[in-house]
Amino acid sequence: MIAPVLYLIVFGWGLGSGINVGGSSYINFVIPGIIALTTMTLSFSTVANDINIARTYTRTFEEFMVAPVSMLVYAAGKITAGALRGLYSALIIVLLAIVFQAGLRLDLYFIMITILNCFVFSALGLTAGLIIDSHGDMAKFSNFVITPMSFLCGTFFPLDKMPVGLKEIIWVLPLTQTSLALRSQGESVFQTLLHPTILIIYLLIFIITGVRLCKKAE
Amino acid sequence: MLVFDSVTKKYGTVTAVDNLNLEIPKGEFFGLLGPNGAGKTTTVRMLSTLTAPTSGSILVDGRQVDRNLTEIKAKIGVVPQHMNLETEMTAWQNLELHGCLYGLQKDIRQKRIDELLEFTNLSDRANEMVKNFSGGMKRKLMIARALMHEPEILLMDEPTVGLDAAVRRKMWDLMKGLNKNGLTVVLTTHYIEEAEILCSRVGLMHGGKLVELDAPQKLIQKTGAFVLEYFENGGTRSRFFNTRQEAIESAAGMEGSVNIRPANLEDTFIKLTKRKVEG
Ligand SMILES: Nc1ncnc2c1ncn2[C@@H]1O[C@H](COP(=O)(O)OP(=O)(O)OP(=O)(O)O)[C@@H](O)[C@H]1O
Ligand SMILES: [Mg+2]
Repeated sequence: MIAPVLYLIVFGWGLGSGINVGGSSYINFVIPGIIALTTMTLSFSTVANDINIARTYTRTFEEFMVAPVSMLVYAAGKITAGALRGLYSALIIVLLAIVFQAGLRLDLYFIMITILNCFVFSALGLTAGLIIDSHGDMAKFSNFVITPMSFLCGTFFPLDKMPVGLKEIIWVLPLTQTSLALRSQGESVFQTLLHPTILIIYLLIFIITGVRLCKKAE
Repeated sequence: MLVFDSVTKKYGTVTAVDNLNLEIPKGEFFGLLGPNGAGKTTTVRMLSTLTAPTSGSILVDGRQVDRNLTEIKAKIGVVPQHMNLETEMTAWQNLELHGCLYGLQKDIRQKRIDELLEFTNLSDRANEMVKNFSGGMKRKLMIARALMHEPEILLMDEPTVGLDAAVRRKMWDLMKGLNKNGLTVVLTTHYIEEAEILCSRVGLMHGGKLVELDAPQKLIQKTGAFVLEYFENGGTRSRFFNTRQEAIESAAGMEGSVNIRPANLEDTFIKLTKRKVEG
């Protein structure tokens, strides 16, 4: 939870003071981005590391696999736990934003998208935790997939600053959808519905892959 | 009833279990013996769904085992070869977690935990982190955990490693008692004496294959009921005979000290595995 607070200070109040994005101050722009990336990182790493350690180090994964619990229930439990962890971090950032009187539009849509983002990356954490067999490889996955996403998916600066070609690829990524959705003011109804739809597709893909992997993972 | 039907498990180029066919009836105390790397752990792990066979099928009570087959899994208790307790939890919490995973009611959990901690002499350490436990204490806790939900089938992979002699005897008595009440046990062990005392039937694995399968006494008869031990060229040699008389006659012409005694399962085990190695 230290990193997001530092982002808030450095990019929001430090570098960002005086910058305007889309007509409002940068801090107002960056807070949804920080919520998106923090919920992603925490939900993902909670589940991914937990399963990775349980499989490779403490071996407690075996205790859950021999227990009379269906793999769907196991997966659902892990994903929910990770998502709650992510939501907790979102809550802290929202509280900070309120305390420092940054403008934040907290409506039902915002909350639903945040929850969805937590579940998507928690489910990705499940899949990654089951596939990746060592702690070192898990760190690599975080460094090469999660960290770049956290900076590039419309979190700290608008997507249209990206070169053509790269922009389209980044647009498809789940975190970009969350970033866009959390700042959805002025978007058409179609766009506001498109973001959660894409996120739900990701969620389903990750859950189905995760549950499948659960049946075989050692 | 546990059935292995042409079960093979390959890890890359290593064939850990090679076309295993085996039936273990309900209520049997079955021992799986074999030298290091023979495939015992792999066999037990396949039975507990921890690893899937490359080919063949494994049936428990007529149903092919699968991680989602919760009714069958609820009947099985597992003591793995490697420590897999939650080290950051207390002994009590480990058992409580197990009870919850197996859907035991709160009052039953409480009762079972108390009984098992009492039996394993861990009651006064119940609220201590498992990471601070000694090796034997962790083992005892793993056995307690496997028994917590009163399984019908108990799979134990070297459960008594590191237990002191008194505790081991106590565990034997417990296992015998449970087996008398109908528990099916599959036990792997390197303490051949343990298998001889407890098991009604043992299977000997070697290089992934089941090479012998019989009651301990039958196996001993098969290789010879008497052993003649003597020392030669820096090593202890042994020869097997069907009767004491034959052994004595053979020893008559020998120099140095010799020892004639009834063979035990360990002698048989060593002879059979050696024969496999020497071909
Ligand atoms: N996860 C794995 N990956 C690769 N090879 C494995 C794996 N598990 C077991 N093996 C191999 O399978 C063979 C059988 O191993 P297994 O653990 O079943 O032996 P074991 O009879 O239990 O031996 P021990 O008495 O030493 O415990 C060995 O050659 C081992 O190296
Ligand atoms: Mg083993």
